[in-house]
Amino acid sequence: MTCDEVEVLLHALLDGELDAGHAREVEAHIAGCPGCARQLAAYRDMRAAMAGADLHYQAPAQLRRRIEQALPARAVISTPSRRSLLRGFAFGSVLSGALAAGLVMVVLRDDRDQRIVGDVVSAHVRSLQAEHLTDVQSTSQHTVKPWFNGRIDVAPPVVELTTQGFTLIGGRLDVLDGKAVGALVYKRRGHVINLFVLQASGADRFAPKAEMAQGFNLRRWSSGGLEFWAVSDINGEELQEFETKFADAARAGV
Amino acid sequence: MTGAMRADEDGGRAGRFRALALPHLDDVYTLARYLLGSAADADDAVQECYLRAYRHFDTYRGPQIKPWLFAILRNVCHSARARAASAPQPAGSMAEDIDEAAVPVWNETPETPESAIVRRHDADTIRNLVAGLPSPFREVIVLREIDDLSYREIADVVGVPVGTVMSRLARARAMLRTAWLAADGKEPQ
Repeated sequence: MTCDEVEVLLHALLDGELDAGHAREVEAHIAGCPGCARQLAAYRDMRAAMAGADLHYQAPAQLRRRIEQALPARAVISTPSRRSLLRGFAFGSVLSGALAAGLVMVVLRDDRDQRIVGDVVSAHVRSLQAEHLTDVQSTSQHTVKPWFNGRIDVAPPVVELTTQGFTLIGGRLDVLDGKAVGALVYKRRGHVINLFVLQASGADRFAPKAEMAQGFNLRRWSSGGLEFWAVSDINGEELQEFETKFADAARAGV
Repeated sequence: MTGAMRADEDGGRAGRFRALALPHLDDVYTLARYLLGSAADADDAVQECYLRAYRHFDTYRGPQIKPWLFAILRNVCHSARARAASAPQPAGSMAEDIDEAAVPVWNETPETPESAIVRRHDADTIRNLVAGLPSPFREVIVLREIDDLSYREIADVVGVPVGTVMSRLARARAMLRTAWLAADGKEPQ
């Protein structure tokens, strides 16, 4: 790696944007190059000086009031329709398309998981708000499963868990990370659980992972080349129970 | 669907917008101040931004609303600038068409001796240093250092590839550092 390359990449290193391999390469170069080491130290110092000063401005109270008053208490514009939601997806993919041109981005850290966490929560919230919880409404796996056939690349395994405390409500199509995916909808004592099923990103299985985002519990696991993301407002233990029961039943091929 | 139900849902829409977008008002205002300079211009731009954002709330799909608001604000600022273009304006202050390829990054700080550590300054001095950067560079510095956006989010807001964000940020920091050291009375040698 040359000094000219490091001159640019050290910023990505400072910002925590480099993937592990390139971070090691840049660090190795810096360890043997006093000039680049000084640069890194100097920029780190400048960042610290900026972080130490409050560079934000505060919006005037008047402005806040004006905006709040301009927003209707009861608007006249219609609720998001299916079509307007799709327009939103298009907006997203235009933005992502702009990224494809970047050559240097191949060395940057993959923040796919972060994006999916955000998408999973948005999709969950949308499913509750836009009264578009299900495209196919049925408590029978024999109705829900075939509905997905031909609609998406990855047909999710569908299992009935009613006797185990999770009632199948139906399924729908949704979008995660710019791709159409199947979503299964379950209920637990009136609480909705959305389960998104997508093609696993890597060949590896990974350990189940629990996360919280915007007040919702998320649980993610992999099985049989598929990746599962469950999201709900039920507590973490119950969501884990859901994972176990779903995974067991799906494995048994019930 | 009855009219009453529709009205309730619309009220919910405004409520959702309030809950999601209004907490970021200070951040949006901060970006407007750095992009436009004057407090009065920033006021107008931020108000217009929120009204546009509300009108197009249907197209917001997450995950983060802040970069989405920033992208709208940026468009508003461009329109404001285009309107003001007929009026006389300090040359180059808002120039977007700087040839970034013409000057390599490493021209600004060829060698930085260890002694050239930047002096700590109060917020106003640093704000002025940032304000002195040409617009495309000022923008990435503000989005990265003050708003703490990731490269990808900056790329989405500005509408350029992630690689461009990285090289632009490298140049912006080099320029800022040169200006900072000059303010300290030091040469970046």
